[in-house]
Order: sequence, then structure tokens, then C-alpha cells
Amino acid sequence: MQSLGISVLFKGMNMQRLLEGLLVTARIAFFSIIIGSLLGIALGVIWTSKSKWIRLICRIYLELFRIIPILVWLFIMYFGVTTALNIDLSGEVVSVIVFSLWGAAEMGDIVRGALESLPKHQVESGKAIGLGFWDLYRYVLIPQAVRRMLPGAINLATRMIKTTSLVVLIGVIDVIKVGQQIIENSRIEVPTASFWVYGSVFILYFIICYPLSKISRKLENKWNG
Amino acid sequence: MGLNWQFITDSLPLYREAAWTTLKLGFWGILISLIIGLVCSIILYFRVKVLKTIVKVYIELSRNTPLLIQLFFLYFGLTKVGISLSENTCAIIGLSFLGGSYMAEAFRSGLEAVSKSQIESGLSIGLSKTQLVRYVVLPQAFSVAVPSIGANCIFLLKETSIVGAIAVVDLMNVTKDLIGMYYQTFEALFMLVAVYFIMILPLSLLLTWLERKVRYAEFGN
Repeated sequence: MQSLGISVLFKGMNMQRLLEGLLVTARIAFFSIIIGSLLGIALGVIWTSKSKWIRLICRIYLELFRIIPILVWLFIMYFGVTTALNIDLSGEVVSVIVFSLWGAAEMGDIVRGALESLPKHQVESGKAIGLGFWDLYRYVLIPQAVRRMLPGAINLATRMIKTTSLVVLIGVIDVIKVGQQIIENSRIEVPTASFWVYGSVFILYFIICYPLSKISRKLENKWNG
Repeated sequence: MGLNWQFITDSLPLYREAAWTTLKLGFWGILISLIIGLVCSIILYFRVKVLKTIVKVYIELSRNTPLLIQLFFLYFGLTKVGISLSENTCAIIGLSFLGGSYMAEAFRSGLEAVSKSQIESGLSIGLSKTQLVRYVVLPQAFSVAVPSIGANCIFLLKETSIVGAIAVVDLMNVTKDLIGMYYQTFEALFMLVAVYFIMILPLSLLLTWLERKVRYAEFGN
């Protein structure tokens, strides 16, 4: 019987497998966002330095990620760096490294923008009451900057989650790869499988990203308005 | 680690052709994105009933899903339900579908920046609605939107790197083939990066210059 194509999603372990694939995707996104944010905050603080050279280096670092597509970076890391250093890195590790470095660059720019938008007297008053570098950032600057950078940071997280879809192209068994396997397996019984499988992966990504971009916009309106 | 220059010169035509494909797809993708974005932003701006809801749903769908999935869905999914498209058409549709919403947001922010008094003045000197949009609103909105439109163009051109996944012979596929067949990893990657630099760096510099120009224009007001 020519069953409804959508049934392919619920046959056997298919749904469970798709979700397991999603877990790999989520794991990559999670680690990249955490590492990228931490590195990015550090980079952003360094970026506000008065030294021209430090600013230039930070700028070049960011521009490298803005000019060269992320997929190209994945290729460079996956094919180039592993060959050059003669090391063996799994696609998953490569993805986390590339996404973290990219996230750090973008996050650094967001943090820099937020810190620089703070009025100068905040730093000066902080120093006047005798705060050291750490206390100044910990109690004065970071709490204020967080408001200004959160919408952008959440937006960045959404972008990073969307970009995790690329990992399938360097051989990671993520949600898309599992989808392709399911399509291959059921090609004869359910010819329309690819429509339903890619359709549901599409919806899965939407379910994850939509709330995030909604929150980001809410915060932006609330804090800017 | 010396590069094999002979290999690089030999593979030059391959890269040139692939870069040409990328530019062509990017050009059409950006052009159609601009049209979609303009139409969508005008619909949102005038709060056209029903269409407004459709546009909003489209923007959310397009912004919150990865291009790769959109392409896979178009290329592999739709063939199975009777709609067969060539890989280049799919790539252009995918880029336009993605880019349209980004451009719409860029235009929208531009439109919102046009002050109410401009519109009221326009109406008071007897302009029709079409004239108002054509001569008063759009030119001003456009100049505000230029930086984000430019950023979107670069973004879309970079996103073309993904279309290799649906069998378009683009830079990524050429690179992958060269690595796979000849094991000339560094040469192939070097060319890949070089081509992207050549394509995007001038655009990025042009954008920075344009942004400054537009900002001067703003001060004139």
C-alpha cells in the first residue's frame, strides 16, 4: 500500500534516530556557544585597549571570519590543519573549534561595542573610588554592558545554531546525515521520504531558533525603547 | 611547506569557472532578494491586510532555518512531490528565499527611520501615495538602509559557498575534488581562500567607503 509519506518519520526507530542526530547538532552548538562566548568576552575586553596595534589585530581577526565563509574555515581546519600538523581530529571537534573561534570574533565585536557605548565617567568614577581592573569590570562595566550586548549575543547564538547545519558537509553524523540515511533506507517503500524528512529537519531548526530570535527582539525593544 | 605552483596554475581555470558560477548565482540571488525585500518591507510598512501576516510568517521561516536545509528541501524534497528544479535554479531560489527576509529587515529599518513630518509634508504639497513613496520615502529609506543592504550582499555571497552541497560545481566542490583526487590539500585550500578574498575583500572595502559617504549625506539633512 502506498502509505502516507509522513509515516516514514515514525517507522521503526526513525524518530528516535533523528532526535539522536539532533543531539549531536545540539552538542556542537552548545559547546561552541559557551567557548565562543567566553573567548569573545575576553577578546572584547582586550579590544577596548588603547593600543592601536591590539585594536588592529582584533579587527583583522574579526574580518578574517567576516570575509571567508564558515564552510571554508571548516574545510581549512578539517583538511588543511589536520594534514599540516599531522593530527587526527574528528569532524565534531573541528566544528566546535571553528565555530568557537568564529563565535569569539563576533562576540568580541559585540562586547567591544557594548563596553565602548558605556559613558566614560563610569570608568572614571570606578577608578576614583579605588576599584582595581577586575573589580571595575566585575561590578561596574560588565553588569551594565550585559544589557546592551544580550540581544546581539542571542542573535549570534541563533546564527551559530543555524550554521551547525554545515557540519554534515565535513562528515559529522548530525541530524541532517541521519535524515539522509533514513531517506536512503526507505527510498523504495516511501519515495517521498526526502520531502518529509527534510521538511521535518527544517521545522526542527525552526522550533529551536524561533524562540531565541523572539527573545532577542523582545529584549531589544525593552531595553532600547 | 612549499606550495606546488604548477598545480595551482593548472587548476586556475577550474577555479575561475567556479568563481564565475558563484558570482552569477550570487548576483541573481542578491537581485531577487532585493526585490523580495523591497516588496515585503512596503507591505509591512503600509500594514496591508492578510499579506502582512504572510510576509511575517515568511520572514520568520526564512530567518530561523539554515540555508542548507532550505536547499536540500528544494532540491531533494520537492522533486519527490513532482516539482523538479535544476541545481542552479534551486540555489538561486534558496538564496533569494533566505536573502529576501534579510533585505526586508534592512529596508524596514530604513523606512522606519523616515520621519513622520516628511510624509506629512509630502501629503500636504499634494503628492499621491505612489509619488510619496517613490520620491520622498524610498530615497531616504534607502540611504539609511545602505549599510545593512551591503552587509547582506556580502552575507549572501558568502552563503553561496553552501550551494556545492546540491551538486552545483562551485568553489567548494572544486576544492573538495582536487583534495580527493590529487591530495594537493594546501594548494586547493590556498586557491579557495584566495578566490574568496578576491571576491569579497573589494566588496567589503567598497561597503566601508559607501557607508561613510551615506553618513555624510545624512549630515546634510
